[in-house]
Amino acid sequence: MQSLARPFFGQLFTRFIAPLVALFTGALPLAAGEDVVLGLSQNRVAITANFDGSEILIFGAVKRDTPVAADAAPIEVIIAIEGPSVPVTVRRKEKKYGIWINTDSLKISSAPAFYAVATSGPFHEVLSETEDQRYHVSVPKAIRSVGATEHVSDPDSFTDAVIRIRRKNGLYQFLEDSVEIDQQTLFRTSVALPSNLTEGTYKTRIFLTRGGDVVSDYETHIDVQKVGLERFLFSLSREKPLIYGLMSLAIAIAAGWGASAFFRIFQRN
Amino acid sequence: MQIYLPIAEVSVNAYLLLGLGGIVGVLSGMFGVGGGFLMTPLLFFIGIPPAVAVATEANQIVASSFSGVLAHLRRKTVDLKMGTVLLIGGLVGAALGIMLFNYLKSMGQVDLLVKLCYVVFLGIIGSLMFIESLNAIRQSKKSGGAPAPKRRQRSWVHALPFKTRFRTSGLYISVIPPIVVGVLVGILAAIMGVGGGFIMVPAMIYILGMPTKVVVGTSLLQIIFVTAFTTLMHATTNFTVDMALAVLLLIGGVIGAQIGTRIGVKMKAEQLRILLALMVLMVCGKLALDLLLQPSELYTIGAAGGH
Repeated sequence: MQSLARPFFGQLFTRFIAPLVALFTGALPLAAGEDVVLGLSQNRVAITANFDGSEILIFGAVKRDTPVAADAAPIEVIIAIEGPSVPVTVRRKEKKYGIWINTDSLKISSAPAFYAVATSGPFHEVLSETEDQRYHVSVPKAIRSVGATEHVSDPDSFTDAVIRIRRKNGLYQFLEDSVEIDQQTLFRTSVALPSNLTEGTYKTRIFLTRGGDVVSDYETHIDVQKVGLERFLFSLSREKPLIYGLMSLAIAIAAGWGASAFFRIFQRN
Repeated sequence: MQIYLPIAEVSVNAYLLLGLGGIVGVLSGMFGVGGGFLMTPLLFFIGIPPAVAVATEANQIVASSFSGVLAHLRRKTVDLKMGTVLLIGGLVGAALGIMLFNYLKSMGQVDLLVKLCYVVFLGIIGSLMFIESLNAIRQSKKSGGAPAPKRRQRSWVHALPFKTRFRTSGLYISVIPPIVVGVLVGILAAIMGVGGGFIMVPAMIYILGMPTKVVVGTSLLQIIFVTAFTTLMHATTNFTVDMALAVLLLIGGVIGAQIGTRIGVKMKAEQLRILLALMVLMVCGKLALDLLLQPSELYTIGAAGGH
């Protein structure tokens, strides 16, 4: 298992840990070489015609080269699943001339179509503000509205609206305290993917933290793809739109004629 | 039974869609309206993205209108000649309408204009039809069930050149009024994203003076071509026609249209008109409330750049 955490950890080690180690020789304040060994119940989600959401079970273990120091803060786990990001436009209605119309709008350069964060404890205890800033873990940090503040005085209320609306649709999930940790080593959680899922690569990140600081992270992907008839129709509509359109019309005409003919036979008898 | 729609990218109940299609189909067959002005808001309501709802709805209307037109053709209640004249006007109007729509879109606020269009036109047409059919019913009751075919002679309609005989409608009028009606309906249909039946039907009854029974079939004939054109446009430019959604809606729709046509034939013209008027007023009221009352969520998320 290749760990993406290594370059970062290396940096962390040379900058912070190594000097500390030099100070308290022998005593390891942070467990050196804690790594994630991960399992997923599925790393491919197939969207079939009767797709009705899916539950993904994420489980794993913390691999250690050396035993944990007795005074070290307990290990915590954060799991973040992020769907493909697309730019969106958020519009706000205002009462003008007696009717409610769209007035201000804000373009958000990148908002994931799906985002779920599961933690093993209260979010702000598990991850410090600085670490959240660096890794973009919490939902507001995952939404980026770079260079979108030109016309609007309160851009935050627009990003809040995105989070609020998508949370209501089950697309953004904030699952505090939902990761179970066993013996400081084994962890597991499950994330429910809603039925209104979009296609794409879902980035899955796992962070191990101690006292609010990230000690290790790991990244993998879940592929969400349409299969079978769904795949066929979607590809056809994009690649051969004229044929797709004509096919839709042919079905419509055939169905119209079929119903008419059927009812005529039915009435004669 | 849940079904995942490949283009809309949402999962919905298949029976719900069949039922919606069926109800709108019945109305379509009864009144000669495509039903788009009812179905499109209903699809928004169950969570289909607006762009997909509008485009797919056009495809479904083709099916239910075709089914309805066949039933009317057998009853000889379609004025093919009048239909062709209206269609020529309609296609010209639709082309103009699309140009106007794109111009308005470049100015922003196109959604608001579409909604205002709906409220104004549905309101005017609904009220006029309602009052007129109420009077007609009162009069037929007074005169003992045999109302004189009172038709106000519109001198300007009869004074125009290029007179043609429309046998099925029993009219001998100039081709200019039907073409003008066709163009106007085409423009509105393109802007409002519907077949235009609910404007066409009253226009044929009140402006052209066509008998109600012929109006329904003739309107459906014109709607088929307008919505088929719209479907192709949406499929090739916006990729928003959802075939799975369309199939479910149209299975319900075509069956509904057949039933609706049979109900419509058995009903009196005044009753048919007053029901259509009530329905139009209801939709108008709903849209007006949407504009007037504070929405529970002030913010909406749209694709970047808008559609």
